[in-house]
Amino acid sequence: MTALPASPTGRRLGLVIDLDICVGCHACAVNCKEWNFGGHSGPLTDWNSFSGTEDRGGEDAGAWGVWFNRVHTFEVGDGPDSRTVHFPRSCLHCEDAACVTVCPTGASYKREEDGIVLVNADTCIGCKLCSWACPYGAREYDHADGVMKKCTLCIDRIYNENLDEVDRVPACVSTCPASARHFGDLGDPDSAVSVLVSERGGYDLMPELGYRPTNKYLPPRPRRDCADNEEVPVSLADLADRDDPEIGSGLLRWVDAVLSR
Amino acid sequence: MHPALSVIIFTTASGAGYGLLALSGLFAAVDWLPRDGSAGGWAIGSALVLVTGGLLASTAHLGRPERAWRALSQWRTSWLSREGLLALASYVPALVFLAGWLLPEAVPWGPWGLLAAVAALLTVYATGKIYATLTPIPAWNNGLVVPGYLVLGGLGGMQILSLIMAATDHYHERFGWIVLLFATCAALVKHGYWRDIARTRSETGSATATGLGAGGERVRLLDAPHTTDNFVMREMGYRIARRHATRLRQICTSTLFAVPAMLALVSTLIDNWFGLVVTTALATASVAIGTLIERWLFFAEARHVVTAYYGSETV
Repeated sequence: MTALPASPTGRRLGLVIDLDICVGCHACAVNCKEWNFGGHSGPLTDWNSFSGTEDRGGEDAGAWGVWFNRVHTFEVGDGPDSRTVHFPRSCLHCEDAACVTVCPTGASYKREEDGIVLVNADTCIGCKLCSWACPYGAREYDHADGVMKKCTLCIDRIYNENLDEVDRVPACVSTCPASARHFGDLGDPDSAVSVLVSERGGYDLMPELGYRPTNKYLPPRPRRDCADNEEVPVSLADLADRDDPEIGSGLLRWVDAVLSR
Repeated sequence: MHPALSVIIFTTASGAGYGLLALSGLFAAVDWLPRDGSAGGWAIGSALVLVTGGLLASTAHLGRPERAWRALSQWRTSWLSREGLLALASYVPALVFLAGWLLPEAVPWGPWGLLAAVAALLTVYATGKIYATLTPIPAWNNGLVVPGYLVLGGLGGMQILSLIMAATDHYHERFGWIVLLFATCAALVKHGYWRDIARTRSETGSATATGLGAGGERVRLLDAPHTTDNFVMREMGYRIARRHATRLRQICTSTLFAVPAMLALVSTLIDNWFGLVVTTALATASVAIGTLIERWLFFAEARHVVTAYYGSETV
């Protein structure tokens, strides 16, 4: 049924992504792909995932197999004040998920018990309307199966009692080497993720569209202001220019003198 | 948005088919049409062929066409599902209406004609709503999208009806005036739409899509997640050059307004069979080409907000 849950339980499982510490390594995207096509019952196929090897007569050439996770890199601001921010993008499991309500078949649905948005691959007709209705580009068409695919929030991990409890988190969360991804119940104001969101000023993407995404993003922390502190060099150029007799030992000064000759 | 040929053919053919059905039903109810079985067979037969052909073409867009029947289940929330149900439901009054036209003694055609007209109108309305309710595509989430589908369906249908009535020797001068009315409405609606989409700027862009531009900073893509296009970029990232769009809009204005309007005026002055058939056939061809181009432009010019993640700072 593609109506949104009439009486949601208040449980809203989702991710909190910390843009301050994401290093843009793409490990979340790669481990997501690995988990979801690696198993015999995984939701993903491996058609043209990494290159256009399986092109059909040339028209499908290109690595446009389905991934649930994509890491973009943005430059924010201009000039010397600009900064690079890595931005992982995946399904946000919205409260007002238009991808669900536009679905003509009932294949798309939002779970009442935890708010996870899923696609039933056995009833999806591959009309792609849900991908048009999603502002976040979270849904992709699987050419191998002829149906739409999307992030499952690793529903086969988070409830999997065969895994150790510590591993019952989405693959992207477990693999992140910087711990930039957090998983939890965003419907519970006292959960660790909710506390993190309120402490760090977590926000919604494209709030103006009114989809009320569950996943939240934590903004990069403000850059430390070095201008007030003369001890701390502002840039590498400043460091090179600084004539500081205290730097280095006698040996290093001798090496410097020799090399500078 | 990627202009998918199957969807363009579907909305063009079935739009004209439903327009033909609706106007036939409406005119039958007010006795503007001859009770001549061959004229009725041609009119409703053509409508059903266009509608059915269009619906079949639309299934070519599906990844799993054999499951298309499932699309009839979610009418509570989905305009696509409503469109499918209305499309199927409209066959019933259409066929009874056809029977009434062919067998005047057996079946009353007026009420069934009206019912077929309402069903056809609602189906095209639902088609328009599929697009008009998509907030991530600002150009489609526009009040003139549904009127655009309705008026072009009406123009196409009216033009085909004129051709059939001319060919079966039942042409009436008023058909020409009605074509003129539809062509004028089409020109007004489409020009209003183009003016609207040129004016409106979505507040969505890379700043709100990433949330990183809250302090007014410029947010621009430095590095894409992948080196070749993925599904999202191919489906939603279609771009058309502005000068091509301008040229195609001019062609639309000519084929959907100038040519049919002029030929409609000419047809009111002609009173021989051959002349009428030629003018209405030319006008029909012009409207068909114009609608196909308009539909293609409708997709090609529409930008999806997801492009904000792929290098568009504004959408």
